[in-house]
Amino acid sequence: MEHYISLFISSVFVDNMALSAFLGMCTFLAVSKKVQTAIGLGVAVVVVQTITVPVNYLLSTYLLKEGALAWAGLPNVDLSFLGLIVYIGVIAAIVQILEMFLDKFVPALYQALGIFLPLITVNCAILGGSLFMIQREYDFGESVVYGVGSGFGWALALVALAGIREKMKYSDVPDGLRGLGITFITVGLMALGFMSFTGVQL
Amino acid sequence: MTTAVINAQEIKSVITKPIADNNPIALQILGLCSALAVTTKLETALVMCVALTLVCAFSNLLISTIRAQIPSSIRIIVQMTIIASLVIIVDQILKAYAFETAKQLSVFVGLIITNCIVMGRAEAYAMKNGPVMSFFDGVGNGFGYSVILIIVASVRELFGSGSLLGFTILDPAKDGGWYHTNGLLLLPPSAFFIIGFIIWGLRTWKPEQVEETN
Repeated sequence: MEHYISLFISSVFVDNMALSAFLGMCTFLAVSKKVQTAIGLGVAVVVVQTITVPVNYLLSTYLLKEGALAWAGLPNVDLSFLGLIVYIGVIAAIVQILEMFLDKFVPALYQALGIFLPLITVNCAILGGSLFMIQREYDFGESVVYGVGSGFGWALALVALAGIREKMKYSDVPDGLRGLGITFITVGLMALGFMSFTGVQL
Repeated sequence: MTTAVINAQEIKSVITKPIADNNPIALQILGLCSALAVTTKLETALVMCVALTLVCAFSNLLISTIRAQIPSSIRIIVQMTIIASLVIIVDQILKAYAFETAKQLSVFVGLIITNCIVMGRAEAYAMKNGPVMSFFDGVGNGFGYSVILIIVASVRELFGSGSLLGFTILDPAKDGGWYHTNGLLLLPPSAFFIIGFIIWGLRTWKPEQVEETN
């Protein structure tokens, strides 16, 4: 249990998807103008990440890895080179299913998420989560915790940045830095702040 | 389907535009993730640039070639499949011939699939233009991306570890030289500051890119 809590804390703060691995940056900068939309997107990312990481773990372990097809009588087959195409397929499919499910059963949330739901397919934090999970050789329990944690960390960073940018409307920024430039520098400072979590262990 | 009129002028403008006037990173806000993560060393940045330019050019070429046959409701999946196949090829080649670099790039080669430059250009340009022009548009956007990556990586490697491409330029103090390396530049946040300043410089040079609000 302690191991899982430690993994959760480190995937939220120490290994923050947005601020220390730089994943999902494009959406991170584009959708952080208002706190309201940032929260919507954040929730969607947490949900998708929590489902896709464990599903990709199962696919990789029982279909793709070297020797994974032993149960089907094919112990020498190594399909791991197909990994990328399978993972992105899973992500696209899950986003699509989630979209249909929400539309039918939770229309309020569906309305709130709007365009952000389909955009999650091309959010590299999602694909990155699956790839990191494979690279770090997590087991099933760890992959669930890592999925929740990394999604939550990304959402946290997004909402924080949106809060800062809402306040920044009132500041007088040099012309050339206005908009994207100052956002980059703000994110840099936030990343410095998150670095203070390095080495934190439970 | 009429073949697009191709003249040298147009190709030149498609290739050079993304470098300063319509830079994918500094203006279109595309493809940032890898730009920040692989730039601690110039070598990895160069490999990444080549990989991205190739994927972008060929995905544009292929998607543009079959653009009349793609039903618009499933175009994202079709584009994804083409891009993912190209990235798998690049990934396998890197693993075979440049294993060390491939290890340092870790997941970022795979993440070219979701690199919005590739997807964005496929959607915005290749779906509407002929194969040859699309190919050059991919090359141009790859260059625009590469320029920023190379600047960031050079600054970070030169001042962060005193070397370029692994050759020592500034003698670091820890080996008895005079240069005290700036450790901050090897850490993630510095990339944000450097890109922020590049954007500032670029927009001072080309004021029409300045945004109205924060």
